[in-house]
Amino acid sequence: MNVSIKQLAVRMGANTVLSDLDLDVVAGEFLVLLGPSGCGKSTLLHAIAGLIDTDAGSVHIGGRDVTWADPKDRAIGMVFQSYALYPTMNVERNMSFGLRVAGLPKAEIARRVERASKMLQLDPLLARKPAQLSGGQRQRVAIGRALVREAQVFLFDEPLSNLDAKLRTELRRELKALHRDLGATMIYVTHDQVEAMTLATRVAVMCAGRIQQIGTPGEVYARPANMFVAGFLGSPSMNFIEGEIDGTAATLGLRPEHIALHPADGALPAAQVTLVEAMGAHEVVWLDLEGHRLAAIAPAAGVHAIGDRVGVQMMLARASVFDPVSQERIERSAVSFRRRPR
Amino acid sequence: MSALAQAAPGLGDDAIAERRHGLRRRPGGRMPRPARIGLYVFLFTAALMFLLPLYVMVATSIKPMEEIRLGNLFGLPVRITLAPWAQAWMSACTGLECGGIRAGFMNSVAIVVPSTVLSILLGALNGYALSFWRPRGAQALFVVLLTGAFIPYQVMLFPLIRALAALGLFGTLPGVVLIHTLFGMPVMTLLFRNYYAGVPHELFMAARIDGGGFWRIFVQLMLPMSLPIVVVATIMQVTAIWNDFLIGLVFAGHDWLPMTVQLNNIINTTTGERLYNVNMAATLLTSAVPLAVYLISGRWFVRGIAAGAVKG
Repeated sequence: MNVSIKQLAVRMGANTVLSDLDLDVVAGEFLVLLGPSGCGKSTLLHAIAGLIDTDAGSVHIGGRDVTWADPKDRAIGMVFQSYALYPTMNVERNMSFGLRVAGLPKAEIARRVERASKMLQLDPLLARKPAQLSGGQRQRVAIGRALVREAQVFLFDEPLSNLDAKLRTELRRELKALHRDLGATMIYVTHDQVEAMTLATRVAVMCAGRIQQIGTPGEVYARPANMFVAGFLGSPSMNFIEGEIDGTAATLGLRPEHIALHPADGALPAAQVTLVEAMGAHEVVWLDLEGHRLAAIAPAAGVHAIGDRVGVQMMLARASVFDPVSQERIERSAVSFRRRPR
Repeated sequence: MSALAQAAPGLGDDAIAERRHGLRRRPGGRMPRPARIGLYVFLFTAALMFLLPLYVMVATSIKPMEEIRLGNLFGLPVRITLAPWAQAWMSACTGLECGGIRAGFMNSVAIVVPSTVLSILLGALNGYALSFWRPRGAQALFVVLLTGAFIPYQVMLFPLIRALAALGLFGTLPGVVLIHTLFGMPVMTLLFRNYYAGVPHELFMAARIDGGGFWRIFVQLMLPMSLPIVVVATIMQVTAIWNDFLIGLVFAGHDWLPMTVQLNNIINTTTGERLYNVNMAATLLTSAVPLAVYLISGRWFVRGIAAGAVKG
């Protein structure tokens, strides 16, 4: 089912969290809402779920206006960061709670719980209480609780943030497989760009209650709409260099992997290595280029040392150009970019 | 595995960490000897101070009057008798009637049980609504309710008497129960509101998505989760209502006087000599219930208090 949000506004007391927000989620897509804390992404998700009152605008799910519908009538399932399992109920009753509330026949409840627990490998744990489960198992139960509802739209509110790094990557793969198997619409909130890049069919980058850019992970990464998006995605983040193109002021945005380092031979601008971060397969080299601080990714580790002088080759064809005042992207070639001397 | 752990198998990680930091405890404890002796002397004296009145009461209650008349307050009983206990329970005189404190016991049970159940249920319901549903003006309502907890009962007595009389409840069992429930509400609401404030809001949201309404979430989810705080609330309410004198005296009327009021009547009724042994026995009988509550529930009580501090 598709989700369509029109001119949504949410205020909390005197604060306007969201205003005039439009978003269309295509049926079956995995949309990730990405942004820093306090950007309104969780609020947007809660508004879609019907957990908070909206002040203006509308929410449609599957073509039906659900702006004022109860959360249970929206054909949604939701998974929370804190798992939010009912502590006094065992796994089986946790998953079946919503179905029992809805008054489904016992046989149907049993069938759905069995199916979900098979999918998530929870069958041996059905009699356990949440306190007897590990973090990963708890989050699986929480996903199972959304599954048994046979929801058309799944909402995830930072579901992996409480897990350790290894489990996080594991569950991330499981979520992706789940999306492939179910084909349901999924809306996923996170502040983790790796989750966004790996899971999403489309990413919506949010800041200060606004969607800054929406597109495939590749698009958003390669052609960021403004300097916020450019700086938020990528690690280390994009280098910004002030200068001009054909006489007009411009800010060059260059990803660290688009700076190639060569032996200093006078043909290329020379920079000094100020710090080297070894990352195993590659290393991040921090440079001082005539007063500009730049990060570059060197493909092999152990090549550079602090104090080295290197020649810097910028792949200007891959760079983005921004207006230094509005910070918006300008569609023009960076090939004739000139650094402003410092 | 660290070298130390390999060298000393069987030592737990904690023990290893302690060795590493030179923190291993000396056998015999950390404290220097004189301080330890001083501590025991203090504890022993404190225990003696608290136990002495209890000893006097118990000893006196099992002495016959002839022994008491000798005036040896701290002396051990020579001829032990349980007659004063039987008399206190069944035939001591409270004013004109001589039926013992038995009737008061039954009255107190009849007052305490419904008052405790009702005040806890209402307090839990209030706390739940204030924490999760946050209706308009909830904060103001809570402040008003809390203010109620700071107003002394005496100020409200007369208006309440008039109000109960108008309702036809003055001097009846439902009347006393109502008053106890009302006076219990502020503290019970505060207790449950704070407990529910520690419950993640996401749990409530998950239940909303699962289709739970106001009552279902309360009854099937929140109440079963509240067991530790319900135990604490029960202990607080049972002891407070059992020990109450003022409300029982004023609102219960002649037929439902609680045990505390009956005890007072027994002790103040004298025909000839003061029956100290009977008075002591009646007092011990009256305090038996709160005492039993603490002794039986001590473990639960601690667990209930700790439950607020530890998550999961």
